[in-house]
Amino acid sequence: MPPLTPVSQVAVTPAAAELLRELTADHGPLMFHQSGGCCDGSAPMCFPAGEFLTSDSDVLVGELAVPGLAPIAVWMGREQFAYWSHTHLTIDVVPGRGSGFSLESPTGRRFLTRSRLLTDEEAAALGPR
Amino acid sequence: MTIFQPPTTFKPRYENWIGGAWVPPVRGQYFENPTPVTGQVFCEVARGTAEDIELALDAAHAAAPAWGRTAPAARAQVLNKIADRIEANLELLAVAESWENGKPVRETLAADLPLAVDHLRYYAGAIRAQEGGLSQIDEDTVAYHFNEPLGVVGQIIPWNFPLLMAIWKLSPALAAGNTVVLKPAEQTPATILVLMELIADLLPPGVVNVVNGFGVEAGKPLASSSRIRKISFTGETTTGRLIMQYASGNLIPVTLELGGKSPNLFFADVAAEQDAFYDKALEGFAMFALNQGEVCTCPSRALIQAPVYDRLLADGLERVRAMRQGNPLDTDTMVGAQASNDQLEKILSYIDIGQAEGAKVLAGGERVDLGGDLSGGYYVAPTVFEGDNSMRIFQEEIFGPVLAVTRFEDFEDGIAIANDTLYGLGAGVWSRDGSNAYRAGRAIQAGRVWTNCYHAYPAHAAFGGYKNSGFGRETHQMALQHYQQTKNLLVSYAPKAQGFF
Repeated sequence: MPPLTPVSQVAVTPAAAELLRELTADHGPLMFHQSGGCCDGSAPMCFPAGEFLTSDSDVLVGELAVPGLAPIAVWMGREQFAYWSHTHLTIDVVPGRGSGFSLESPTGRRFLTRSRLLTDEEAAALGPR
Repeated sequence: MTIFQPPTTFKPRYENWIGGAWVPPVRGQYFENPTPVTGQVFCEVARGTAEDIELALDAAHAAAPAWGRTAPAARAQVLNKIADRIEANLELLAVAESWENGKPVRETLAADLPLAVDHLRYYAGAIRAQEGGLSQIDEDTVAYHFNEPLGVVGQIIPWNFPLLMAIWKLSPALAAGNTVVLKPAEQTPATILVLMELIADLLPPGVVNVVNGFGVEAGKPLASSSRIRKISFTGETTTGRLIMQYASGNLIPVTLELGGKSPNLFFADVAAEQDAFYDKALEGFAMFALNQGEVCTCPSRALIQAPVYDRLLADGLERVRAMRQGNPLDTDTMVGAQASNDQLEKILSYIDIGQAEGAKVLAGGERVDLGGDLSGGYYVAPTVFEGDNSMRIFQEEIFGPVLAVTRFEDFEDGIAIANDTLYGLGAGVWSRDGSNAYRAGRAIQAGRVWTNCYHAYPAHAAFGGYKNSGFGRETHQMALQHYQQTKNLLVSYAPKAQGFF
């Protein structure tokens, strides 16, 4: 039986949601692309929506629901997603200073992806992608 | 043993370095620069923006024509003089680098700075030895091929080897006759400015310009500028793609180095004897902790052949437990601090997901409090996981002192696991059988396969990635070509018309 509320593979902490509200006020609607590779790899990169061109080589992992804001798409490279697909991602924020062109770095805060395994029920509801 | 004092080298505040002089940021803003050793702020640095990038581009464009026409021997002499100046101030720069980045001073003294010196000298030699070409098309027609500089290039430097990576990129660019606008990482903005001040009298104004600031505010205007003829970047994949996207708008070339998840294969014959070679291989196992794992080629996956898995892993773990973690300014310290708080947090989040996926912690697995002033620093215990190559800790670059260990059965199995990754920057192969090591090295899809060694970075050995690790090569004369364009003069010496009209 399908769950009553839609299952999402992504979520956001209250602190990260607050930062997203601040950044939206300055930059307009937002998006994330989860990075891989060196230095600040494996970090979620936040851009103005549409700044980063996604393509068929990316997967829309889910959308963050932040009250008062348009849904914020979370993207990842398709090949990378193959290794991440069994995990649930929560966008959090910590004090710090990321490199890359992520919008929050001048604030002295840095988005961080926290992960947990999907439950069997979540995995079934999300299905293959 | 020597314990250096916190450096007094740094000024309290740094402006941008443009046109051979300090230039305050147009918007007048600065950001604080903490040391990862204690977490305390030790200087302020210009928070550059698009306006500052434009000033730097003005200076670079003004300097480019004359610098591009300078004789190769004269450019080589400048590089050699910079190398000599670094060598004469090696300890000062090594301590500064350690303080800003958190890496052990034994590494900056023995590797980062001596390598920077050598790479400068290498490119000084390489540009003098470089030949153009001529092709005889027919008896009276000759195609001459000249190596001409691109003009003004942009370079975005990572924070893991701030000085060495800057020199890796600057040396070929300057040797080839380009001028540069360089954007350091915001985690490590100051040491490169210490260097610029030291060598100010050696470079014509505007040949190298340094603008600090945040990626989105200073890096993006540089990468997307229509006033650069090339952009070089070392970092991660999302920013790498974005830089290519910006470069496509300007139709300029890009070189990218984007990291990896490097396998380190130990074949069973490694443990055939308890000798010097075995000792060397165990050091190779422990190399994941060099620079606290903050190396694009960190050998973060150890693949051990089944018959010797238990023994080699046990001996490797003993080597890990013997690592000395502590004050990065102590020459006995082997493992220092992670470069930033967010880096520390990311590493800890990976230790969490590793355990959630069922990987077993064999060593470390936690943040370390070293007490005193160091309590505020960002220290992670060298960590060893045992698990399966499908786990995320085997697939993602953690950029921390975290090793993921698994076993393989035979040659094919070992190569398959080694290549089961999105990346292909570095790899290690350990075997007493030269033929076996050769075949493994050729079969691994990576740009550099260390064979019976690891983490050596000599000039004259090409460095760069396969697969998602990027493209372009550094630390070899072929990098000159990434900073040059070919001018073909097609010359006819024939006395008669071609006969068409």
